[in-house]
Amino acid sequence: MSFLGYPRKSGAVGVRNYVGVISVGLCANDVVWGIAHRVKDCVPFIHGQGCCQTKSDLDQVTRTLISLGWNPNLAAVLLVSLGCESVPIEQIAEGISQSGKTVETMVILKEGGITSALARGCQLTQAMAVEATKAKREEFPDSKLILGVKCGASDTTSGLISNPAAGIACDLLISKGGACVFGETTEFIGAEHVLAQRAATQQVGKKIMDIVGRMENRAIDIGDDLRGGQLTHGSVAGGLTTIEEKSLGAISKCGSKFIKNVYEYGERIQGKGLFIIDTPGREPEFLTGLAAAGAQVIVFTTGLGAPQGFPFVPVIKVTGNPNTYKRVTEHIDVFVEITDEAGAAVAGAGHLLYQEALAVASGKKTKAELLGIGNFCNIYTTGPTI
Amino acid sequence: MLDDKYVAAGFNNKRGGVDLKQKAIVMNPKDNVATAITDLRVGDVLFESNASGQSLAIRLTSDIPFGHKFSLSKIEPNSPIIKYGEVIGISTTSIAPGEHVHVHNVASTRARGDSGRKAKK
Repeated sequence: MSFLGYPRKSGAVGVRNYVGVISVGLCANDVVWGIAHRVKDCVPFIHGQGCCQTKSDLDQVTRTLISLGWNPNLAAVLLVSLGCESVPIEQIAEGISQSGKTVETMVILKEGGITSALARGCQLTQAMAVEATKAKREEFPDSKLILGVKCGASDTTSGLISNPAAGIACDLLISKGGACVFGETTEFIGAEHVLAQRAATQQVGKKIMDIVGRMENRAIDIGDDLRGGQLTHGSVAGGLTTIEEKSLGAISKCGSKFIKNVYEYGERIQGKGLFIIDTPGREPEFLTGLAAAGAQVIVFTTGLGAPQGFPFVPVIKVTGNPNTYKRVTEHIDVFVEITDEAGAAVAGAGHLLYQEALAVASGKKTKAELLGIGNFCNIYTTGPTI
Repeated sequence: MLDDKYVAAGFNNKRGGVDLKQKAIVMNPKDNVATAITDLRVGDVLFESNASGQSLAIRLTSDIPFGHKFSLSKIEPNSPIIKYGEVIGISTTSIAPGEHVHVHNVASTRARGDSGRKAKK
């Protein structure tokens, strides 16, 4: 099997062909938004970070922005900064240009203000888009795909059918030489021992236990518990009782292969197989983490009907809840049905998802893409705003 | 097939009992809860065939909405609730067979900064 994608100089293959207009710090968001909504084939990446943060958070933002620029769904990149933020625009440009892409930078304060920056940004991105649109899709083997998996607005159907089906799709892709990446460390709590047993090495197993301990300790350190934040009210109403139950249902979305490595947030994964990135579960941060990891396509299972997409990575929405599918069909790309033949239903649904991932990789649009949902992203940080 | 005991007790298909598999899912043989895959009503009777050929009848003691769980056996207070073959929480009270199992009678044991436990460093 194969898919149609855009070859990039780095050797990776894009499944979309956008010019990325990336905000280096939050003060550049409005200009980024203006440019990306004027010039066709441009996509914005805006977020709330990049200034007045601790060193480790600034490093994490820098690393994430470089990795996002590497994502093969972007043909070229314009970086926009205000000019006084703490994240270094030139270092980010240098990091992205190592992928072989054209990278332009623009500093709003040096341009003479917002309106001048908007005008110059439109001119720069229009020129880049003209170049980008010369590219044609070519046939590539499935092994060139990195699939991200995520679950959100979960209910009990997530663990019964849609997550196990996503897991089958992951197993299929990895058996064909591709890579899959998942995360949402909060939702490993109560299931980390199951994941650690699947680690390729003892060291990776220990890393899995460590990132879960780190996440759990953050809740304990502030004298709080996760209830109210995780699970959400919607998940409880949907029948999920504890974070352990949600976690055990959630981890089935990564299939059954060995876990090759655990990466920090914002790192690009290297190699083939199954990988973890250490992230929280919330969509604006986690989808960014998957895009930074290098995922070209994301499979997102939902019980209640989460609508999120991502600016330059197609997000395939899957539900196993028939009521949700009826209520918010416009959010859902694939409905997978629970039947009393549980094993056969999951296997069938897994193959269906895999085919959908290949179709979307080849250019089929997702419902979130068509509705333009998912522009308000963020980058995960752990320290205070200072 | 139902064993004689349950037929004698009136729990069979013709008399209103239904196969649990069509109405609920048990994810792992170790589980002590099942998940409803349709809205179930108080008084509904479900039967299940297990590996040894025995059948287990459950009469629901409360309405169980789609996606919610009910107990397959009597669960003592402070006992593990098992789903996916793993512990998903601890019972906070005694739970009767066929009773709704949810946040009102189950507590998580994890990430509980409110329990006075210190973070492990």
